[in-house]
Amino acid sequence: MGRYVARRLLLTIPVLIGASFLIFAMVYALPGDPIRALAGDRPLSAAVQAQLRAEYNLDDPLWLQYIKYVGDLVQGDFGTDFSGRDVSETIFQRLPVTAKLALAAVIFEAVIGLVAGILAGIRRGSFFDNLVLISTTLIVSIPVFVLGFVAQFAFGLKLGLFPTSGIGDGWYSYVLPGLVLASLSLAYVARLTRTSLAENLRQDYVRTARAKGLKPSVVIGKHTLRNSMIPVVTFIGADIGALMGGAIVTESIFNIPGLGRAVYDAVLRQEGAVVVGIVTLFVFFYIFFNLLVDVLYALLDPRIRYD
Amino acid sequence: MTAVPASSATPVLEVDDLTVEFRTPKGVVNAVNGISYEVHRGETVAILGESGSGKSVSVQAVMGILDSPPGFVTNGRVLFEGKDLLTSSAEEQRAVRGPGVSMIFQDALSSLNPVFTVGYQIAEMFRAHRGASRKEAKEAAVELLDRVNIPEARRRANAFPHQFSGGMRQRVMIAMALALDPKLLIADEPTTALDVTVQAQIMQLLKDLQRETGMGLLLITHDLGVVNEVADRVVVMYAGGVVETGTVDEVFADPSHPYTEGLMASIPSVESKGTRLRPIVGTPPDLSRIPSGCSFHPRCPRRVLENAPPGKNCRDDVPLLLPVGVPGRASACHYREEVLGA
Repeated sequence: MGRYVARRLLLTIPVLIGASFLIFAMVYALPGDPIRALAGDRPLSAAVQAQLRAEYNLDDPLWLQYIKYVGDLVQGDFGTDFSGRDVSETIFQRLPVTAKLALAAVIFEAVIGLVAGILAGIRRGSFFDNLVLISTTLIVSIPVFVLGFVAQFAFGLKLGLFPTSGIGDGWYSYVLPGLVLASLSLAYVARLTRTSLAENLRQDYVRTARAKGLKPSVVIGKHTLRNSMIPVVTFIGADIGALMGGAIVTESIFNIPGLGRAVYDAVLRQEGAVVVGIVTLFVFFYIFFNLLVDVLYALLDPRIRYD
Repeated sequence: MTAVPASSATPVLEVDDLTVEFRTPKGVVNAVNGISYEVHRGETVAILGESGSGKSVSVQAVMGILDSPPGFVTNGRVLFEGKDLLTSSAEEQRAVRGPGVSMIFQDALSSLNPVFTVGYQIAEMFRAHRGASRKEAKEAAVELLDRVNIPEARRRANAFPHQFSGGMRQRVMIAMALALDPKLLIADEPTTALDVTVQAQIMQLLKDLQRETGMGLLLITHDLGVVNEVADRVVVMYAGGVVETGTVDEVFADPSHPYTEGLMASIPSVESKGTRLRPIVGTPPDLSRIPSGCSFHPRCPRRVLENAPPGKNCRDDVPLLLPVGVPGRASACHYREEVLGA
C-alpha cells in the first residue's frame, strides 16, 4: 500500500505539469491585450507598456513564459497580479473560504443524500421512495446557476431566512451557498445509495444473515449497508475535489470571496498568473482526493489490494 | 401425513401441506403445492428434484427467509419440535434460526459477506444469540473452524471469504451453521458448486458432524449419487409437489412413481457403458402453468388417458400421495402398485 501511494504521488507531478501548461496556454490564447485592458480609457505611454510587458514576460514566446513561470513556482513564487499583489497571498487568504464552502457542501451531500437514499432503498416503491426519485430528477435537471439565483431570491430575499451575499454572518453564511453547491451531488448520492442498497439487499449474503437469526436492524444496518456504502463513499470522496473547483458559479452568485470568485475575476482581467496558480491548485486537490478515495476504497473493500 | 415415521418420537421438523406461491406481474407461480414431510433426530432426509421443482423455495419457507413479496406461504404448517413457526412471531422465529434450525447454501462465496472476516461472521452467531463478548465469540469461532478441519484456524479466522478456496469456504459456512448446535441443519445443494473430490470431503464432514451432534439433516439436492450415499429417506419433488417418498434403499431399488423410475433409468452405470443415456423426455413444467391432473402426465411413459378406471385418468384426476408397499412409503401415482411391481 505504501509503495502504491508513493507511486501515485509521483504520478501527480507530470499531471500537474501537463494541466498547468494547458491552462497557461489557454490564458495565453485569450483574445485581447491584458496590458491595454488594464490601462482602460487612459492611454499608457509606449514606454510604460513595454516596461509592464517585460515585467510580466509578455513578449516572450509561450513556452519560455511557461518555463519562467514554473521556474518561479518551484521557488515558491506564484507570481503577482497586475496590482502587484502576490498570488500566493490571494490563495492563502481565499483558500479557507472555499474550503469552508466545500466542507458545508460535503456535509449536506453526505447527510441528506445518504439518509434519503437509505430510506428510499429500504422501502422501494413507497411514497418516500417516489418523493426522492422525483425531487432528485428535478434537482439534476435544473442548472446550478438557476437553482442558485432562485434559492437566493426565495430564501434569502423574500423569506429572509439566510443572508443573500457575502460571508459576514460566519458559518451561517455558508448554509444556502453550501446547499446550492451540494444540490447536484446530493441528488447523485441519494440515487446511488438507493440503487446500491436495493442491489445489495438481493444478495445471497443478506439471505445468510437472515438465516443466522440476526435482527433486521443488523441485517440491513451492518451487513447490507457496509457493502452498499462502498460506491457511495468513493463518490463523495472524489466529489470533494470537484466541489472546490465547482465553487466558481456558486461563489459568484453569492458573492463569496473564495478561490472560485478570484478565478472568475482573474479570467475577466486576463491575469494569467492568478488563473494558472489557482486552477492548478484545484487540479492538485482533485488528484489528492482521488488518491485518498483509492486508499479508502481498499480499507472498505478487503477484496481490493494494490500491491 | 401418509408416510409413517421411522420413530414415534416428535420429529424435529414436520412440514404439513406447505403451499407457497409467487405473485409476479405475469401471474401467480405455484412454486410449492401442499408438500408434507418430516425429519427426525439424527436422520438424513433428502429432497430430490430438478431445478425449478420448488425444493429450494420450500426450505426457504421453512427457514422463514422467503423473499416476500413476491413469495407467500398460503397454506400449511411448519412444526419445529411441535411448534408452528408460521404462526410464531418474527421474534420467536428469529430465536429458532441459528440455535434451532440453521442452513448452508450452494454458493458459499456469495453467501458469505465479502467485507467481514470469516471469524467475525461465525462469532456473530454467539454474539447475537448468546450475548457472548467479542473475545469469547472469537475464541468459539476459532474452535469451530478447527472442528471443520480448517488448518491454522486461529490465523485463518482473520481472513476474508475471498481468500479461501471453494471447499474451505463451504467448511466456513458449515462452521457458522453449526455454531449453536442446531437440532436441524438444512443444506441447500451444499456441494453443487464444488468439484467432485471436494464434494465427497464436504459430505463426509457433514456426516461426521451429524454423528457427533445427533442433529437432523435436510439435504436439498438434484444429485442422485449424493442421496444414495448419505440419505436415510428421500422425498422426490416434481412441479412443486411430492411425487414419492420412502427410504433411500427402497425407493432406489424399486421406484413406485414413473418420475422416480425415469430418474433412476437416467443414471449411467457400468452395465450401460457404450449405450445411449436415457433422459426423461420433455422438460419440467412452467410452475405458472402446471398441467392438469397428474403434473407429470405429459412426460410420463405410463400415462393412461383413454379408458381409464374411474378417478384414475392421468390428465383429469389429481393423484394423491398415498401409501404403497412397505409402511412409510408413499407415491402420488394412480398406478403406483403397478409401477412398484414393474
